[in-house]
Amino acid sequence: MTSLPAKTDKKLGLVIDLDTCVGCQACVTNCKEWNTSGHMAPLTDLMAYGAEADGVWFNRVHTYEVAGHEACGASSSRTMHFPRSCLHCEKPDCVTVCPTGASYKRASDGIVLVNEDLCIGCKLCSWACPYGAREFDVFEGVMKKCTLCVDRIYNENLAEEDRVPACVLTCPTSARHFGDLGDPNSDVSKLVKARGGADLMPELGYQPTNKYLPPRARKDTAAAMPAPELKPIATDGLLGWVDRLLSR
Amino acid sequence: MNPALSVIFFTTASGAGYGMLVTLGLAALLGQLPQHLWFSLVTMVVALGLITAGLLSSTFHLGHPERAWRAFSQWRSSWLSREGIMAVATYMPALGFGLAWAFPNLITVPQGIVGVGAALFALGTIYTTAMIYRSLKPIHQWHNKHVVGCYLVLGVMTGAVFVLALSSLFGQRIVYLTPICGLLLAAGLSVKWLYWAFIDSTTASSTPASAVGLSGPNVKVTSVEWPHTEANYVMKEMGFQVARKHATRLRQIAIWAGFLLPAIALETSILLPADLGTWLTIPAALVMAIGIVAERWLFFAQAKHTVTLYYGAGTA
Repeated sequence: MTSLPAKTDKKLGLVIDLDTCVGCQACVTNCKEWNTSGHMAPLTDLMAYGAEADGVWFNRVHTYEVAGHEACGASSSRTMHFPRSCLHCEKPDCVTVCPTGASYKRASDGIVLVNEDLCIGCKLCSWACPYGAREFDVFEGVMKKCTLCVDRIYNENLAEEDRVPACVLTCPTSARHFGDLGDPNSDVSKLVKARGGADLMPELGYQPTNKYLPPRARKDTAAAMPAPELKPIATDGLLGWVDRLLSR
Repeated sequence: MNPALSVIFFTTASGAGYGMLVTLGLAALLGQLPQHLWFSLVTMVVALGLITAGLLSSTFHLGHPERAWRAFSQWRSSWLSREGIMAVATYMPALGFGLAWAFPNLITVPQGIVGVGAALFALGTIYTTAMIYRSLKPIHQWHNKHVVGCYLVLGVMTGAVFVLALSSLFGQRIVYLTPICGLLLAAGLSVKWLYWAFIDSTTASSTPASAVGLSGPNVKVTSVEWPHTEANYVMKEMGFQVARKHATRLRQIAIWAGFLLPAIALETSILLPADLGTWLTIPAALVMAIGIVAERWLFFAQAKHTVTLYYGAGTA
């Protein structure tokens, strides 16, 4: 059913720190690794080693130059890496436009999924997503998208600490956080509040669940170094004489 | 947006077919429908043929055409689903009207009543098609008040001119249809002109900065590296770019072939002796068809999706 649930019990999603993301593509790689044999498998690659490599990925990391932001300091710009994936919106038009009921938003945790057995591959959902999160699998003829690793986060065959999305698990700089953004006392909600987490394209009204933490303000001066000044180690005796001789 | 030929053919051909039903249904209501077996049969075959060919063509771009029947299920939320239902539902009054018109002695339903039914269902189908595009918030050139009017007027306009051309072919005459077609061509150019003025003077409210969640009066975000070296699905489907030079030229073709030349031809046909003038309506209809295909190609090619903001577009 492509009508949206009035309310979801949880709002599971990601918080992505644009200050610490180094653009290493590890989240992209581990996402592909897990999901190509997961819920939406396979993430088909076409001509993977050819001149026009193409394929389905749920996560894409862009790199931007940002200027005129407090993160840049007084007069310079800075590099910002930007991972882009499904935001599991509260008002996802990608779900409501689906003519077959293949796309749906779960009432329990708010995750947006595609039932591949119902998908006719009309691609309208990808047009309705402002963020380009959905990618069509031309080989399978169905639409694919991020599942928030629904097959990891509830998976009792995994150790409890591994029950997070693959992208979060692998991030070497801990720039990605996973949790319930509907619970104001969750770690992710507190992080969003403390760092001013923002929605992408809020003007379109999709109310994304995932939040992005803007890069922190950059200081224009380096921190004061507390190390004491170097002093002569000897003023008399043989070493004192050598010091005076060499300082001449 | 990628101007897929299947969708361009679908919206133009089925739009014209539904427009023919609107024209014929209203003519029947006003008692102006010529009772001529071959005219009625050929006209209905052309109208339903355009509709059916368009609908079939729109299923060609599906990844799983064999599952297309599932698209009738989500009418509560999806305009595409509503369109599918309307398109199929229209066949019933349309076939009923066609039979009542072609074989009035066998089927004694009042032509005016079924005709209006077919016309209303046809208008409803064009409306649902337009709403598919109108409802897509990420595409500024579609998500605006001009789109529905353009689809409705251009659908009825192309249909009326096709009916006029077919009536000439069979030596039939529907009173006032030529001046009505002239008015529809003027109305079509007007709504399209307003649409073009709108998309030329406005851009999406989303910006490269809002796309990455940054706000501030002076924030400038510039793409320096893409996540992939080759074009991916998102770029191929939604990152289509039409050269400004071609867009200007195609718009001229759409204006002249789609509206001005057919209007001039119809004006001339009124002034010429009747048997000579009526033949002018046939080239008028064919030229108009070319112009409207150019118009529809531009409707897709000039639509900019917000996802292009992630790939270096300054505006969408």
